[in-house]
Amino acid sequence: MLSIRNIVKQYAGHTALSGVSLEVERGQIFGLLGPNGAGKTSLIRIVNQITAPDSGEVYFNGEKLNQSHIERIGYLPEERGLYKKMEIGEQMIYLARLKGLSRDEAIKRLKVWFEKLGMQTWWKLKIEELSKGMQQKAQFVATVLHEPDLIILDEPFSGFDPVNAEVIKDEILELNRKGATILFSTHRMESVEQLCDAIALLDRSKKILDGKIKDIKNSYRNNVYLVEYSGDKIDMDGSQPFHLLDEIGSADNCFTVRIKLNENITSNDVLKYMIPKVHINMLQEVIPSMNEIFIEQVNKIA
Amino acid sequence: MNKVLLIIQREYFTRVRKKSFLIMIFVVPSLIFVMSAVIALVAKNSGQLSTPQVIKVLDESGVFAGKFHDAKNIHFETTKQSLNAVKQEAKNDENLSALQIPANYKTKDAVQIYAKKKPEFALSGEIERQMNTIAVSDGMIKHHIDTAVLRSIKSDISLNPIEVTDTGDKKANVGAAVGVGIACAILIYISLFIYGAQVMRGVIEEKTSRIIEVIISSVKPFQLMLGKIIGVGLVGLTQFAAWIILSYIATKIAGAAFSAPQGGVMGFLAILKTIPFGHIMGIFIFYFLTGYLLYSALFAAVGSAVDSETETQQFMFPITLPLLFTYILSVSILFQAPNSPLAVWLSIIPFTAPVAMMVRIPFGVPGWQLALSMSLMVIGFVFTTYVAARIYRVGVLMYGKKASYKELAKWFFYKE
Repeated sequence: MLSIRNIVKQYAGHTALSGVSLEVERGQIFGLLGPNGAGKTSLIRIVNQITAPDSGEVYFNGEKLNQSHIERIGYLPEERGLYKKMEIGEQMIYLARLKGLSRDEAIKRLKVWFEKLGMQTWWKLKIEELSKGMQQKAQFVATVLHEPDLIILDEPFSGFDPVNAEVIKDEILELNRKGATILFSTHRMESVEQLCDAIALLDRSKKILDGKIKDIKNSYRNNVYLVEYSGDKIDMDGSQPFHLLDEIGSADNCFTVRIKLNENITSNDVLKYMIPKVHINMLQEVIPSMNEIFIEQVNKIA
Repeated sequence: MNKVLLIIQREYFTRVRKKSFLIMIFVVPSLIFVMSAVIALVAKNSGQLSTPQVIKVLDESGVFAGKFHDAKNIHFETTKQSLNAVKQEAKNDENLSALQIPANYKTKDAVQIYAKKKPEFALSGEIERQMNTIAVSDGMIKHHIDTAVLRSIKSDISLNPIEVTDTGDKKANVGAAVGVGIACAILIYISLFIYGAQVMRGVIEEKTSRIIEVIISSVKPFQLMLGKIIGVGLVGLTQFAAWIILSYIATKIAGAAFSAPQGGVMGFLAILKTIPFGHIMGIFIFYFLTGYLLYSALFAAVGSAVDSETETQQFMFPITLPLLFTYILSVSILFQAPNSPLAVWLSIIPFTAPVAMMVRIPFGVPGWQLALSMSLMVIGFVFTTYVAARIYRVGVLMYGKKASYKELAKWFFYKE
């Protein structure tokens, strides 16, 4: 769907992107992660043809990115903004027509969207008469009205209250179900695990990690388990197939510990060892969250 | 190209629909209407007196008696009647006034005129004029100055300009020509600023409201800039067209309603008719358009380089300087020497030509100079648009950075 190859972008005095490559597959929800100043917005602007890279190429559906692709991309920038003194209906039609929609078609689709999001009464209002949250909603509609194949959202949830953030999230998921590919940038990790199929992690102009969430998490499994048992405390004397990392809690003969399995040992072996000795309440593999991976990766480089 | 049309449409209609635009359209012709009505009324009343007036002169100074001479519809009569008697007469006859001249007539407001109605300007003006002349001659005689000699050396020369043309000599009206030229120059000067500033404000609005990023993910920055410039320019043309049409109607109505069949105003209008308005209008439109394109591109570049209107100051100065300079020269010096080297050069350099050329046009400009100036205007606006577009495309996406000239130069040389 979108293939970004070896992009380099320099601004006077600093490098925004140094040799970044990414593959976004059709139908994916792709998260572009990274701390502030990592180059996320620079990359997004290049995909939107707002700026051009110094070197490297972007391919859209196998074709080199060109002006004809503009109509198939929808873009919600991080800094939201609309014409303050223009009526919403008229403004939405204008933006849709700039994306190649006819006037009639734009009106038809707007009516559907306005009804869906409870905005019917806004048509004649000016943007300056709306609250920040309402403006964001309107801008979201403007982004997706022309039914783009690729929707690019820069920090989509910033500026929304929790209720509207949820509404927008559901809309994004529905658009994705209908076939749209979604690329969004964020520095909020919680949303990543819920939403994304794949991610790329940028830090200081370089890509330091990318891939499907599942694969990344798997690669970060390190045989650490959380065990809660009751009975007599197991004496960790080195004869076990695992060793203790730390004790998390103990109360009334109930103990919670974090253990790391020895080489070639599975969780089943752990159970086999423990069942005769204690009563097991819980055994759970500890997989690092994306947030932990993110912090670990960024710190590793630094 | 289709998208540029869309942008032009938006820029045009959002401005034309504003109340302030509609008000401006009607305010100017209404002012012209009122002015022409006033001029017509004054002309009607000041030309001549409609009914014969009798002035009874009560001269206590002995200087004026018998020295008044009758003017059209004004008859002077020296009388020995008492003031009260004459006042009584004036009360009964509205075409009769009493003029009382005391011995100390030179002190302020000493001379009085009594009439049933406030005397018309034509009447009081005529009396004042005659009294002044008489008083001056009286003073001269008292100081032993020979008034006869004085009168003979007095001169009243006025030039009668005749243009020598291929088709024969023709009366040239320098006064009216200067007026029209300067009016056009002022109009161009003001409108370049008004509409240039509108373009600049539009760019700043898009930048500060951050919609710019949405728009230029759909169109190229150059298309947006071009659309905005053309849209605002059309607003300007609409305004001019509306003014011309409405003003024409307004003067017609005012003229018909308060018609002054003869007199100074009609004479002035007759002179105006000898000026080739079609020719001047065509040239005006050309210089307005090219001058506007030239300057508005620069204004757009300035708008793109700043974050708010208050920051525009440092960049505005070099843009406004040539215009201001030409404007001041035009209304003070150029119209007196429309064919001087300074005037010729200013009317050829693109940055100053729109104003300077308008001052020169009514005096006649050699064809080659006009052609050169016009071609340079076209080259000039293509050049500034090119420069401005390169700065604009970078500037609109730059936030928070205080732009300097060095910075602008850097932007200019950025690759796509």
